Amino acid sequence: VSSAVHAVTSEPGAMFIAGGTNLIDLMKENVARPPHLVDITRLPLNRIEDLPDGGLRLGALVTNADTAYHSAVEQRYPILSRAILAGASAQLRNMATNGGNLLQRTRCYYFYDTSTPCNKRDPGVGCSAINGFNRIHAIFGTSDQCIAVHPSDMCVALVALDAVVRVTGKDGDRAIPFADFHRLPGDTPQVDTNLRPGEIITSIDLPRNGFADHYAYLKVRDRTSYAFALVSVAAALEMDGDTITETRLALGGVAHKPWRNVDAEAMLNGIKATKDHFDAVGEAIVRSAKGFGHNTFKIDLARRAVVRALQHAAKVARTGRNA
Amino acid sequence: VTTAYIGQPISRLDGPAKVTGKAKYAFEYDVPNVAYAYVVSSSIARGRIKRIDATAALQIPGVLQVLTHENTARVAPAGEIVDDARSPGAPFIPLQGDEVLFNHQPIALVVAESFELARYAASLVRIDYDAADHATDLKAASGRAYVPKPRGFLPPTPKPRGDAAKALAAAAVHIDVEYTSPAEHPNPMEPFATTVVWEGDGKLTLYDKTQGVQNVQGYLCSVFGYSKDDVRVLSPFVGGAFGAGLRPQYQAFLAVLAARALKRSVKLSLTRQQMFSLHYRPFAWQRVALSAAQDGKLDAIVHEAITNTSRFEDYSEQIVPWSGLLYQCENVRLDNRVTKLDLNTPGDVRAPGASWGVYALECAMDELAVALRMDPVDLRLKNYADRDQIDRRAFSSKSLRECYRLGTERIGWGRRTSNPRSMRDGNTLVGMGMATGAWDAFQVPASARCVLNTDGTATVSSATEDIGTGTYTVMTQIAADALGLPIDRVTFKLGDSELPEAPLEGGSFTVSSVGSAVRAACEKARARMVANEQRGGKATVIDEQASTMPSPRRKEASCCCHSAVFAEVRVDEDLGTIQVARVVTAVAPGRVINPRTARSQVMGGIVWGIGMALEEESVIDQTFGRIMNHSFGEYHVPVNADVHDIDVIFVEEQDEIVNPLGAKGLGEIGVVGVAAAIANAVFHATGKRVRDLPITLDKVM
Repeated sequence: VSSAVHAVTSEPGAMFIAGGTNLIDLMKENVARPPHLVDITRLPLNRIEDLPDGGLRLGALVTNADTAYHSAVEQRYPILSRAILAGASAQLRNMATNGGNLLQRTRCYYFYDTSTPCNKRDPGVGCSAINGFNRIHAIFGTSDQCIAVHPSDMCVALVALDAVVRVTGKDGDRAIPFADFHRLPGDTPQVDTNLRPGEIITSIDLPRNGFADHYAYLKVRDRTSYAFALVSVAAALEMDGDTITETRLALGGVAHKPWRNVDAEAMLNGIKATKDHFDAVGEAIVRSAKGFGHNTFKIDLARRAVVRALQHAAKVARTGRNA
Repeated sequence: VTTAYIGQPISRLDGPAKVTGKAKYAFEYDVPNVAYAYVVSSSIARGRIKRIDATAALQIPGVLQVLTHENTARVAPAGEIVDDARSPGAPFIPLQGDEVLFNHQPIALVVAESFELARYAASLVRIDYDAADHATDLKAASGRAYVPKPRGFLPPTPKPRGDAAKALAAAAVHIDVEYTSPAEHPNPMEPFATTVVWEGDGKLTLYDKTQGVQNVQGYLCSVFGYSKDDVRVLSPFVGGAFGAGLRPQYQAFLAVLAARALKRSVKLSLTRQQMFSLHYRPFAWQRVALSAAQDGKLDAIVHEAITNTSRFEDYSEQIVPWSGLLYQCENVRLDNRVTKLDLNTPGDVRAPGASWGVYALECAMDELAVALRMDPVDLRLKNYADRDQIDRRAFSSKSLRECYRLGTERIGWGRRTSNPRSMRDGNTLVGMGMATGAWDAFQVPASARCVLNTDGTATVSSATEDIGTGTYTVMTQIAADALGLPIDRVTFKLGDSELPEAPLEGGSFTVSSVGSAVRAACEKARARMVANEQRGGKATVIDEQASTMPSPRRKEASCCCHSAVFAEVRVDEDLGTIQVARVVTAVAPGRVINPRTARSQVMGGIVWGIGMALEEESVIDQTFGRIMNHSFGEYHVPVNADVHDIDVIFVEEQDEIVNPLGAKGLGEIGVVGVAAAIANAVFHATGKRVRDLPITLDKVM
């Protein structure tokens, strides 16, 4: 790992490559032009292991498919398994790695087309999406510089689970809480994450509680498979009878990062799992949403999807079927 | 003639070659000393190229040439260009000037020792433009719509009959509605590609992705001044085309240009993004006004359409005639116009005209049925036409009544409760809808050759194509029957410009046209063999060729293929997601040559219809005049998970008029009416009438 870090830091502009399912696309489109690539696929980061505190460590180079079908993930963190399998296609999941999933660039037509201005590719030239075709774009946490969305399903479940991203850089190791890993666009839309130059993701650590009894991952999209989310919702509950004792709620396809709302989560703690209560949470969550025309429907869609996901989560039992 | 094979569900004879990778596609031929070309596309919709700077690209070792309008000779004038599928106007030919006519226009070609190098070097070509204002919005440009110059092989829009305006005003019940639909790019799986083999003696052999090898040959001859002996075009396998390969595409021209410049073999493939610069189903606006008496008898039909064309050609399609043809009605006015946009010329895409026109007509019929409180099937039966309502000729055959009957039976139309939102399953709204489909049963001139060998085998050939439709298989069936040979003794060859003349593979006329020629050639060969045997002559190779013209009996009648399409949808009441749970299509196609390939054809058409109804849309950013969702990730076509039960019923017809084989063709009919049936089912499920395709969830939520 340290030699990989050394290799990538010794060449300006060098990038790591693992599954390549996003970077190669970006290179074909001339959006990414790394002069050097450091192949990390043979680093020993390809295991899933139990942690002493009862959690689970997902190696950065384990494929998305192997993670989703791993028995510990299926049994203890089914919401993660569901989220991964809702994403991309079987072929892509077989190639894509866990670390790479976190580092997917944001989804936006203009970002991927170098003939149009884009602040993310070329800071300061302007955002084509804000007044352009923005049906797929963000409704939360946008800035006047960028309204692109993070495309991952996996990350929506990871932020809901309070995962921790472990990284190694030239100054040593550090752990980044998942909610702090991705950034909002602000004035620096070209920077997607808080990873420092040369840092490499080594693992994603899951805490002990996997919310395996009450969870839902609901993905609403334009076709049934191989389509990014218009809105997705990861909902996880701890329940004591009908009463909710803990809530996790995260949305995908709506912001520059997986969108978690802890204030809305807190609204449900200690109260009964009823449709009325879920409606109130749905409304609270979209209170801060802002549409840009084509994507304004996402506000109402997000509200409805939150309610549906919470209803599913409240109902689902460990062995139950789920949306 | 026996029919041992015609009518049998023979598996595709080319299937094993395809699934084992033995079937080669245009880009896959190994050619020694080949160079690779990569297209540089424009990033503006309209204007002029001020400067192209290829210095940086040319400095890279291995980059051989950068072709632009500045170093490319002018080719033949527009009037001399041969293209069987062209539209009136000046066809676009790349690198002929500094003018940019549409976004993603090919404006330079980089040739290098490898594909990767060519692609990289292409990214280094710098282009400065003088951009001009562009118009790419159909609605904004509809005010300058005009009646297009007719395309030679299509009849003009039918003249009005009766007084539709008066009848509408006096009607007991009427509807007057507008529908819009987006451009759709056909996006076959195989990208357009050409391998040009430089033969060294000035001659060229091309492996090209096309629906017409002889059309490409004729085109290249007319453009570059070659004779037919100089250019051979082959296309034995085509990975889908759907109309995009009817016209010679620009990669063939550019690949030849590069081969001539370098005196070397060249390969050129378009990228998926560049596929969005090719022909497409046009943007369409339609108005349909219908009126009827209380009993459902139609009084008036008005159908107006505006589609887009390019600045340089008048492309138009047969959108509105279906409304004059399908139902009995005394007062009909049809109007078809186009408007010029700064886009490439649209083109014939699977069921051109009927796809949009029948969609609008059949949705409007559903709206009328709702207004009349009448069952939609009953409304169609009430106005059923036994004759072509435009030219008043009887149909050569028309079993549409039987299609309605079998379709309603199979889908369980009796379960349908008439009010919208009246069929529910929890928070899922269930709806059922139907539509009529129609397509022409053309026959055009074609020829074929049959060589009977002394070992009892036969080689039959014609310069037609198999674009995934099953041509290899059905032609072999027809030939085996005509020759009275076991099918494994017969080999059929196609996709080679040196073979006997064949039309473009399109319009659903390959079986009727090429099939008739194949049969005629085989019958001639067989007759000679029999005569030879009767004379007691020695076994000898018999080589016969036949050309067939449209059957003279076709003048007696109107020849059409009909279908009845039924769809059941399930709509999530809260989230608006739509599942097409079931489609039942009953098709009356004359005679079915091969029920297996026929069924595949119709199923494919239905999947297209699902995409048309719910997913497909080439989205233009009007600021840039550019299609923005130019990838398979963002331009949605149905995936397997979107496709549920599909049921295809064939109502076979004995039709001795349409052509000697009695087969009407199935390439297009499968798609016609499907989008309307789904849209009508969505209305029935939700009570929401979405009149702009595609019906995405935000429109029904």
